Amino acid sequence: MTRAGHADKCVTCVADTAGDKVHAVIPPPRSWRRIAVAVSFLAAIVLVIFLNRRADRAGGDDAVPQFHFTDVTAQVGINFVHHGPTLDPKLDNIAPLIGSLGAAVSVTDVNNDGWPDLYFTNSRFGYPNALYLNRGDGTFTDVARAAGLADVNRPGEGVSMGAVWGDFDNDGLEDVLIYKWGYLQLFKNMGNLHFKDVTASAGLRQWMNANGAVWLDYDRDGLLDLYVAGYYRSDIDFWHLKTTRIMENSFEFATNGGKNRLFHNLGHGRFEDVTDRMGVGSTRWTLAVAAADFNGDGWPDLFLANDYGPEELYLNDHGRRFILSRVGLESDSKSGMSATLGDVLNRGRVDAFVTNISERGYLFHGNNLRLNFLPELGRFQQAAEGVVADAGWAWGAQLGDLDNDGRNELFIVNGYVSGDRDRSYWYAMSKVAGANGNLFEDARTWPAIGTASLSGYERSRVLVNRGLAGWSDVASQVGVTDEYDGRAVVLVDLFNRGVLDVVVANQKQPALVYKNGVPPGNHWIAFKLVGTRSNRSAIGAEVTLEAGAVHQLQTVNGGMGFASQNDRRLHFGLGPTGRADRVVIRWPSGTVQTIEHPAVDRLHVVTEPDR
Amino acid sequence: MSSPSLIASRALWARLGRLDPRYPVSFLITLILVLGEARYGILGGYAPLVTALGVCTATELVLSRWLRGRVANLQSAYITGISLALLIKPPAHLLWPFALGGFLAIASKYVLQYRGRHLWNPSNFAISLLVLVAPGSVAILSRQWGNDLATNAVIWCFGLLIASRVRMLHVTVTYVGCFVALAVARSVITGGPLLAEIAPLTGPMYQLFVFFMITDPKTTVSSVRGRISVAAAVAVAEAAIRLAGDFHVAALNLLYPAPPILALAFVGPLAKAIDLYREARTSPL
Repeated sequence: MTRAGHADKCVTCVADTAGDKVHAVIPPPRSWRRIAVAVSFLAAIVLVIFLNRRADRAGGDDAVPQFHFTDVTAQVGINFVHHGPTLDPKLDNIAPLIGSLGAAVSVTDVNNDGWPDLYFTNSRFGYPNALYLNRGDGTFTDVARAAGLADVNRPGEGVSMGAVWGDFDNDGLEDVLIYKWGYLQLFKNMGNLHFKDVTASAGLRQWMNANGAVWLDYDRDGLLDLYVAGYYRSDIDFWHLKTTRIMENSFEFATNGGKNRLFHNLGHGRFEDVTDRMGVGSTRWTLAVAAADFNGDGWPDLFLANDYGPEELYLNDHGRRFILSRVGLESDSKSGMSATLGDVLNRGRVDAFVTNISERGYLFHGNNLRLNFLPELGRFQQAAEGVVADAGWAWGAQLGDLDNDGRNELFIVNGYVSGDRDRSYWYAMSKVAGANGNLFEDARTWPAIGTASLSGYERSRVLVNRGLAGWSDVASQVGVTDEYDGRAVVLVDLFNRGVLDVVVANQKQPALVYKNGVPPGNHWIAFKLVGTRSNRSAIGAEVTLEAGAVHQLQTVNGGMGFASQNDRRLHFGLGPTGRADRVVIRWPSGTVQTIEHPAVDRLHVVTEPDR
Repeated sequence: MSSPSLIASRALWARLGRLDPRYPVSFLITLILVLGEARYGILGGYAPLVTALGVCTATELVLSRWLRGRVANLQSAYITGISLALLIKPPAHLLWPFALGGFLAIASKYVLQYRGRHLWNPSNFAISLLVLVAPGSVAILSRQWGNDLATNAVIWCFGLLIASRVRMLHVTVTYVGCFVALAVARSVITGGPLLAEIAPLTGPMYQLFVFFMITDPKTTVSSVRGRISVAAAVAVAEAAIRLAGDFHVAALNLLYPAPPILALAFVGPLAKAIDLYREARTSPL
């Protein structure tokens, strides 16, 4: 036997400092020491099992929710069922994956009657979008066809992926942009529940494969501008593919997605593309975008949730340009699905919640809860743990005070593809997910999904905010037990009762309306803002409600979450004391308005003052 | 015709070949760590690395001193700690998988022995155990390598070079060859795209696997022929797991996130035990 061979086999051979082998004489260890180590070893395994079980049960049912949801979808007359897109046969192997987007819902008051209406998008040729008009008696009726907003999913034009509402011409009527896999469509509200397609005259007839958009007034000129997030590249026509190399080129750092576009409102119904001039043409795979003033300089910034890459914050430099900022997001690459903004800890700050993917054994990207410390530290702080971090394959989410206790809850919808319950695509996808990007950029390389599920049949999450005590998932306790593939969710006081109800758009499945039941005792206050010098929709206006040391901040949104837009009336819970010392409104124009001791348990309609 | 630099290179090459194999392997895993972190932030914060390295090192120090009366060379702990930090990805803020994984990895060397030799590659044991008993807390490689060709190429080049110098290239080559052949077979059986079956080989899990786990000199069998056979057997076991995954065999769901690692965990120790048994029979000392 050679020296080296001997050293390899001899149990008492050890390396000396020169790397040579020397033969050591080692006394046999005492048996009790061996036993002690063995016991510790077994104890460590038991501890692993215990901690794993505890992680599975984290954030369970230790909270007692003060609200309850009832599924009233059929009762209120909403029977919308989403249909997913049919695609070029070249994509048949993964058509259920690619065609898993498009269920969207947005809230507007289309006829200014004070009752919120709902707009749902469909995503298959020939299948109509729906505009559910709120009759004010607890029921809705679909008026999309008469309004001209139904038949928008047509060959050659593309299919709907979502819609955002805003009064782009300040005429007092809410207009709507429908973003699509296809040509964008802008509809002007002509009144009397009639809409006119003004896309071409507005200069917006562009083919984009978009899955998000937001209205904002980035230059504060009183006219709403538009930011549209491209997901797939805009040269892709999903029904006439020239190539199957359409997928992401990295699961973490992909930059081959569609280019986002910023359209500046010139007035007189015209828009110009200022993407490159303003520096906001990200080609990451943006799934969601939201706008708010994160750094307190008075100018609305853009927050992007990107699939296959890190989130991005574009800080607005006084309306002159946007600057992609290093604020603690850049190194945390995940699968951003939804950009939800809200004041999580009542600090008077705009925080961000971004959904991601978690699947036992395969992937724990975890959702992000980005607490805003930009003014002090120049960065966000990640605060997602436990139930906040893990909501399965999460999509849309919204922050809102569901029990009127003065703290925001989180409603998260989830589930990707619900096929056969006993066949999962996770293993098949894992073959390509870790591989070289050149391989999976080609859709043909992907294993066929067939009828398998991919994180299907997941239950939505309703997380109660217990302040410093953390969050608890109370979904089943409050009656949210559906397992649909949720995409978009909105919070809206559907019946003008002073509580937030929930509406969910599910992919290839029926929409859901959850009516909220909050026992009396907690007070509330709500605001509808009407801009004069600012844009009429008051999008971008900030309302801070002060009650002692507590400052609740909300921003009027022009689209938020995933493929969704909440009720633009801002709803604040006040708890049992009903205390509201002061309300400070910062209008996009720069005007600051203060209302002392506003009356509670009512909606305030506030018009922007002249100065 | 030899220039001084060429002579120096040859001398270095020869010296590399005489080194304890753990030194070049340590260099390689450090290279992967630095490249991955600098380019992609693969660690997702330094706490996992510090925890895994700290626990592995401390466990090795304590157990070797306590059970063997001397302090062991810490390179095994170093390699194991980095492997764990790179390969296991629990939800954010969860550090116990690194701590307990590190302890179990190193302690397995002292507890799970046969004829005085440990049977499992330490990180292979710990990762397999965590994947099997803690799937709600541990995934494999959530953060990866950017799916980038250049980084892959650098690691493969250095990896092959070092595998060659530590005389384990035959293991790597056998495994990779068998994997490709079996990928073709799987593609034929399942009717799936061949590239999808070969694709895992281009991913980071495999780079760590073929250069650090399956080639671990301490847990491979003694003969070249034996090592080749074991590498092939691991590839076959992995193919079996993968086929089960393709056909959705629910009973084996826990195995699908990490087929190669679990295949080695099943086949490697068995082969090592047989090898030690046969060795003891042929040369009783």
